Amino acid sequence: MTELDVARHNPLLDPRLQAWGWEIPVYLFLGGMAAGVMILATLLLARPGARSPALRWLPFAAPGLVTLGMLALFLDVEHKLYVWRFYLAFRWSSPMSWGAWILLLVYPVSLLVALASLDGAQAGWLASRLGRAGRLVEAAWAMAQRHAAGLRVASLATGAGLGLYTGVLLSTLAARALWSSALLGPIFLVSGLSTGAALLMLFPVNSEERHLLARWDLWAIGTEAILLLLFLVGLASGTATGQAAAGLLLGGPYATAFWLLVVGAGLALPALLELLEGRRLLRVTPAAPALVLVGGLALRFILVSAGQT
Amino acid sequence: MTMSRRQFIKIGAAGAGSAGLASGLGTRWWGLDGDPTPDPRTDGDRVVASYCELCFWGCGVLAHVKEGRVTKITGNPAHPLSRGMLCPRGAGGTGLLYDPDRLKKPLLRRSKRGEDLFEEVSWDAALGKVAEGLEKVKQRHGPEALALFTHGSGGVWFKQFMKAWGSPNIGAPSYAQCRGPREAAFQLTFGTPLGSPEPLDIANARCVTLIGSHLGENMHNTQVQELAEALGKGAQLVVVDPRFSVAAGKARYWLPIKPGTDIALLLAWSHVLLAEGLHDAAYLAAHASGLDELKAHVATATPEWAATITGLDPGLIRDSARLIGASRPASLIHPGRHTVWYGDDTQRERAMAILVALLGNWGRRGGYLKHDRFPLAGYPHAGAPPPPSRARVDRPKGGLYPLANEVLASGLCDASRPGQSLYDLKAWLVYGCNLVQAMPDRPRLLEAIQQLELLVAVDVLPAEICGWADVVLPEATYLERDDDAWNGAWRRPFIAVRQAAVPPMYDSKPGWWIVKELAGKVGLADHFPWTDAREFVKTRLAVKGQSWEALSSTGVLLGPEIPTCEEEGAPLTFETESGKIELYSKELADLDFDPLPVYRPQEEGPPGSFRLLSGRSPLHSFGRTVNNRLLAEPYPENEVWLNADAAAHLAGFEARPLAQGERVVLVNQDGVRSTPVKVKLTQRIRNDCVYMVHGWGQTARGQRYAFGRGASDALLTSRVKIDPIMGGTGMNVNFVRFERAVETA
Amino acid sequence: MTRRYAMAVDTRRCVGCNACVISCKTENDLPSGGFRDWIVQEVHGQFPSLTLQIRSERCNHCAETPCVAACPTGASHVAAGGTVLVNRRKCTGCKACMVACPYGARWVHPDGHVDKCTFCLHRVERGQPPACVETCPTRSLTFGDLADPASPVARLVARRPHLVLQPEAGTRPQVFFLT
Repeated sequence: MTELDVARHNPLLDPRLQAWGWEIPVYLFLGGMAAGVMILATLLLARPGARSPALRWLPFAAPGLVTLGMLALFLDVEHKLYVWRFYLAFRWSSPMSWGAWILLLVYPVSLLVALASLDGAQAGWLASRLGRAGRLVEAAWAMAQRHAAGLRVASLATGAGLGLYTGVLLSTLAARALWSSALLGPIFLVSGLSTGAALLMLFPVNSEERHLLARWDLWAIGTEAILLLLFLVGLASGTATGQAAAGLLLGGPYATAFWLLVVGAGLALPALLELLEGRRLLRVTPAAPALVLVGGLALRFILVSAGQT
Repeated sequence: MTMSRRQFIKIGAAGAGSAGLASGLGTRWWGLDGDPTPDPRTDGDRVVASYCELCFWGCGVLAHVKEGRVTKITGNPAHPLSRGMLCPRGAGGTGLLYDPDRLKKPLLRRSKRGEDLFEEVSWDAALGKVAEGLEKVKQRHGPEALALFTHGSGGVWFKQFMKAWGSPNIGAPSYAQCRGPREAAFQLTFGTPLGSPEPLDIANARCVTLIGSHLGENMHNTQVQELAEALGKGAQLVVVDPRFSVAAGKARYWLPIKPGTDIALLLAWSHVLLAEGLHDAAYLAAHASGLDELKAHVATATPEWAATITGLDPGLIRDSARLIGASRPASLIHPGRHTVWYGDDTQRERAMAILVALLGNWGRRGGYLKHDRFPLAGYPHAGAPPPPSRARVDRPKGGLYPLANEVLASGLCDASRPGQSLYDLKAWLVYGCNLVQAMPDRPRLLEAIQQLELLVAVDVLPAEICGWADVVLPEATYLERDDDAWNGAWRRPFIAVRQAAVPPMYDSKPGWWIVKELAGKVGLADHFPWTDAREFVKTRLAVKGQSWEALSSTGVLLGPEIPTCEEEGAPLTFETESGKIELYSKELADLDFDPLPVYRPQEEGPPGSFRLLSGRSPLHSFGRTVNNRLLAEPYPENEVWLNADAAAHLAGFEARPLAQGERVVLVNQDGVRSTPVKVKLTQRIRNDCVYMVHGWGQTARGQRYAFGRGASDALLTSRVKIDPIMGGTGMNVNFVRFERAVETA
Repeated sequence: MTRRYAMAVDTRRCVGCNACVISCKTENDLPSGGFRDWIVQEVHGQFPSLTLQIRSERCNHCAETPCVAACPTGASHVAAGGTVLVNRRKCTGCKACMVACPYGARWVHPDGHVDKCTFCLHRVERGQPPACVETCPTRSLTFGDLADPASPVARLVARRPHLVLQPEAGTRPQVFFLT
């Protein structure tokens, strides 16, 4: 029997350390989704054939999501007057620093990719709405058209970097047993792809695009399920602290939420729906993508919170 | 690093590019890269040497004052009691000075006594009211009808007032509610009471035995310093305590004794020492009387006999006795301090004193030393006031408590209820002691208070007793006032000075000022010829040619070293009647008390109840510091300790056992209910008693932090068992059962 | 020879009185709820076979610093003698260091920046011991330069059995608990 008395009454630290609240999981969720959008939209647009008008506009979602994510991060940061300090340093050992800089990189790349995906008429319309800045948009559009191929590569690379980073941020924090797994990067990347696909599916893309997205999503969900399994097996077969951490998800306080929201609602159910929809056994509805989004958000909330327990 | 930055620029994000550039050399140019050592700058512009008043120990402190505020308090290295180190309370003195709930102006009661409704008035009006009330009492009942309850060094001014006024009734709860039995027992045995600070040489002891003392949680700075020093030198510790105290955690032997059976253990220890020849025969032959009677008395008090009574393993009793014996003469039986437990406390302390004698520990290094006061002259003035015409009235009719060697505060309370004593007390002056928490049997105390014609409370905080007063006088804290110099007896005699570090806040006044003003209003100004406390001290020092300046700058004057033990050439002398250590007490025999301590069983509580024990937190001095926000941070409220296994099988809680930290209400044998308090389920206590830190559960609304926080052991102490020898109020005779707080709310 | 500041905490002497905590709070003018050091009491066993260890804990000023590694701005840094400090003018309050610290030694100051034990480096630079060390009534705390084998702290660590907190975290703590 062990009794532990800590004579310290800091609500932030005791009885357990929960430094990161809702803001960080939201930030990771939106960042991952933006990465998914960047990668998937780029792939869809690179494919020959007809494109829906919606798809041409959708790449703009990436910088939008990133902006929302940065807002969440800003809300989490406690010393708000000093936020500019992120951009006076680059610390290779700090994923937080990598993230800050990647986010900045995401803006030009995703905006240029988005511009490049517009046709002449759409670009003209956009330029006409922006007054004086319209000239800049036209010039950027023209440049983006010239470098479309290079931009696609940059978009895929930046998107992958962003998606991986959201997981790496946690996995480098070795003090938290649940996070000390190299698999978190890939898990968050594929989860980002899945949520990105889900977001795109919620918009009026054409049926071929919808079909492709659903197929990719199925692939992402399958990969995510395998990676999650490996992640848990890795923890549970490791050190005592790792086993305790895995226990949080497998049978502890987070088990119900994890199995219900992440595995059930976020992976199994949408996979089933998308399979059935793909075989025309079920009418296509927004249910599957909505569930994927719920699962993706839940995954990040659970991992961030359980990791700090 | 540079590569990635170049890539950003290449890609063309102007914002990122310039920021990236800035993060390079730029920051160095702008001075943004430096990492200066953070300095909170709390060192004072001035450092004022004084001594502490967070408890009674009186450690030397240095108050750092910066821009008119006391920023921090550190230990005075020159002071023999603190030696540069402070306990948390001493370090937390600013929490008292800047307590937002302090008394700010004099208060006059504006409703029924105890309703705690007051009006702020001027000092002139308040002291006028006090003077008027005192004069009335004097006319009707004589000057002796005024009693002073006092605790703390500032009380000296009020004692002076009592002398001038003509009343001998000056008491402190620190005797009959605290260390009294010990004083009586050591006086009976060695001819000298111990006083405070106790003259113990803990640092040089090879074995320290604590009996119910939880030194370490009981944070008497010098003693704890020395205990650690002794442990550091490899001393062994024997701890007798129903609770696994901090000291028990460091002990070679912990004896988790059944409460109330200590005398049996102590007799058994004496038995082992004598039976195995571990006692100091030469020392006893030269200095003690009554050894043969003692031998006969403990002949049958074997460890096996004591084991059945104390619940201890006989082997543990024997082994601990052997360790204690083998370590003599530097084998220190600590006398304890709060010793009013079961009403037979003088006899238990006698049994301890007898062990001290058997070990040859009195007057020896690592034992009880000789100490002395630094001589300090009185303030010269003509004509001392005439002595009071009637003797003090703290004993009831019938000549009880013959060996009380100080005034019984509980006796003064009783004398305030009509017809209990030779004459009645009609007015109280209460200085710096919250009688509501200090006294047991609260209804009896409040009944006494309601009989008074005048109750004046002097305090720095609106303590509970202030709520019952007619006039409340706000005193300045020890950091804001000069006081008398202090020359407590110590093995290196010294004088320490109290100096104001900052001027008094609000409309608070130093005690000396209050007394001088009051004396003027009752025609006693002649007895207070000094101008202020500083002049008073300076003049006293000057009589012997001592320098105020030296004292003022270092805070302390050290006297010459004196021989403190036999090893240093101090002869062993005893001020008993026989001039020897009295193992067998003829004095007690003559008074019809047991001349040698006898174990008699204590009453047990009702089934399903637990004996209530109380103690101290190192962060708090009784209830006085409960409102101190700084000290509250690591210790915000008291908890009731309950054996975890007992909790699992607690009657009435079978369906849903008590959970860790759950709030409970304690109900004692007389149906008295506590405020809700957290339960601490632990292996660290026996299953027949519960424990809580004293001083919580306060009812004064003005102390906004302390109000209603935790539970009061004093409230649950509705019964006492009075020590017939010296009148101590044995308090560990109350029993409580548990209720869930939510169910009773 | 580079200095390596370290602390030895003698758990045999410490009574857990919290003098270190209160002195730290006033020396460093800490806000309510903020603790740079704290007392842990750890009890093992069943009544009456019990053991008690009391530790005055604080930042371990580790030799391997996950907190400094996690900091995106360089606010968390290693200063003189290996002391781990936070430059509040660089700190964004992103709390990555708090999450990276296995010991819960960091907290957010109400002003927004992250706060922690500094080993009272401002005092050390003036030749004074840290405030907690100076006040400790049991002399349980010994601070000094571990790289100097003659220093009291180096001698204690060399002579006495000791443990560090969570050695498996690989942080190489520089606060040693003498047992």
